[in-house]
Amino acid sequence: MSDRTSARAPFGRRLLSAIGVDELGAYRVLRVADDGPGAEPGQFAMLAAAEDWGGGEEQRPFLARAFSFARQVRGEAHFLLEDVGPGTRRLCELDAGDGLWVVGPLGRGFSAPVAGRRAILLGGGVGIAPLAILQDQLTAAATTVLLGFRDGARAEGAALLDGARVASDDGSVGHHGRVTDLLAEELARDRNAIVYACGPAAMLESVRAMCAERDVPAQLALEAGMACGFGACFGCVVARRGGGYLRVCVDGPVLDAHELERVDEHAGAPV
Amino acid sequence: MSVSFCGLELAHPIVNGSGTFDAIAAHAAFGEELLRDFPFAAYVSKTITLEPRAGNPPPRLWEASAGLINSIGLPNKGLDGYLRDDLPRLAELCSLARAGAGVPLVTNVMGASATELTRLVAACEARSEIAAIELNVSCPNVETGLDIGADPRQLEEVVRAVRPHTGKPLIVKLTPNTADVALCAQAAEDAGADSVSLINTLRALALAPPTTRGGSDRAGGRSPGRAWLGGATGGLSGPAVRVVALAQVAAVAARVQIPVVGMGGVRSGADARELLDVGARLVAVGTESFLDPAAGGRIARELEAITRV
Repeated sequence: MSDRTSARAPFGRRLLSAIGVDELGAYRVLRVADDGPGAEPGQFAMLAAAEDWGGGEEQRPFLARAFSFARQVRGEAHFLLEDVGPGTRRLCELDAGDGLWVVGPLGRGFSAPVAGRRAILLGGGVGIAPLAILQDQLTAAATTVLLGFRDGARAEGAALLDGARVASDDGSVGHHGRVTDLLAEELARDRNAIVYACGPAAMLESVRAMCAERDVPAQLALEAGMACGFGACFGCVVARRGGGYLRVCVDGPVLDAHELERVDEHAGAPV
Repeated sequence: MSVSFCGLELAHPIVNGSGTFDAIAAHAAFGEELLRDFPFAAYVSKTITLEPRAGNPPPRLWEASAGLINSIGLPNKGLDGYLRDDLPRLAELCSLARAGAGVPLVTNVMGASATELTRLVAACEARSEIAAIELNVSCPNVETGLDIGADPRQLEEVVRAVRPHTGKPLIVKLTPNTADVALCAQAAEDAGADSVSLINTLRALALAPPTTRGGSDRAGGRSPGRAWLGGATGGLSGPAVRVVALAQVAAVAARVQIPVVGMGGVRSGADARELLDVGARLVAVGTESFLDPAAGGRIARELEAITRV
């Protein structure tokens, strides 16, 4: 995670094998046997089940789905799943030994923190995934982890990271309210920080606005519906500050907050 | 499996559909392996227009049953930006492709009038890196508002106007969104086209689901009938269109003498074989490359294996 260069993917999709799918509250952790190149924190892969991909609701899924690497350990790649549509449902149902088509690692990951600045890792929902691998690789001692979830079952996902302060929308765990409330507290205490954030568009937009107002650097890992993941389809764009669009897959998924005018809801995937 | 196409000698019949493979971005993602195992026997650029285009507002994609609806809006740097930035880079990548054997570079252009298309074609004619030119005629005429390629008379006029401005092979990419695609192919041939390619995407509409912002009003009520895609309608591709493509390619190949580039939903060598069997000279792969960037190479190998039997 030295700079914005990124690990290069093998050309073509690889047939890998699922090791298992573990429960983590409302989420699932998909573990895949992966002896490929190591992913940088913030990079992602396109995943599709090798069998029975399609034929679900409205004959979907058809395209592969993009997931951030949540962790890489001893020849395993981990991905955090939430069953929200036919693609994620099929991946949640994978058994040990089932085949997976994988393209990746793809995209540009997080940059290393500027020396002297405290790293604040801020995640919402299933978007906490890339912050886990980021925490694994951060060498700086001073790191603050703030995670927000809709409810208690989802808040169990906080176990993916160490030492998190948790907020929940329903008040069942930790702070009753938004995770960005916690960010406001942290920045009021000490704004000599850099924020690494991933989560729903509305959360990222709050983070972007708060950090811009306080002149705190922020790196946002965006989600977008994408067909390919490697710059071919031009489907996953977000509006760039000053006009035009950025491709989330090759210009991101991690973007400096100041590259964006705002984080729009439509960047979210329809599945 | 080598094949001759408009005077170009290609290593096999598989090429990419315009706008489905960004060789520059793919090289950044996959590195030298892309060049060693380059999946296509010729490389077709995305569509270039006279002026730069940012493309359509998102969302731009919708996953359909066994297919994809896209409303990308042809983002590109414009003719000057293409000639200055992208063409030299694409030409370099094409010359290094297939482990240095190289592949011809086809540049796809679109204009809203014969005048615009003539300027684009003349600019391509002047560049030796470009082996052939493909005309995207799925563009509304500035004056009539009708898609140029949907009307045989208009199409013939446009192709006749640009033909004298290039000696390079001129491929006309036909739109399937017309009453009689064979008649359009005939018009292109009569006007001097060297080849026709088809099918472009089929016009399609996806509605915003009621649970999304686009599908509900600010108070959370339903807004039925609202388009999901930022560009309203889009183009359908993928396996869902394959049998439509097969019918249109068969109809066109039966009508014209010039070589036909067939495409639409090809996922395998067997799919490619069917398009060749109904008269296509080349087969383009598009959406399948989204699922696997190396799909073109796999399809070429599968095609060779079944053709040899």
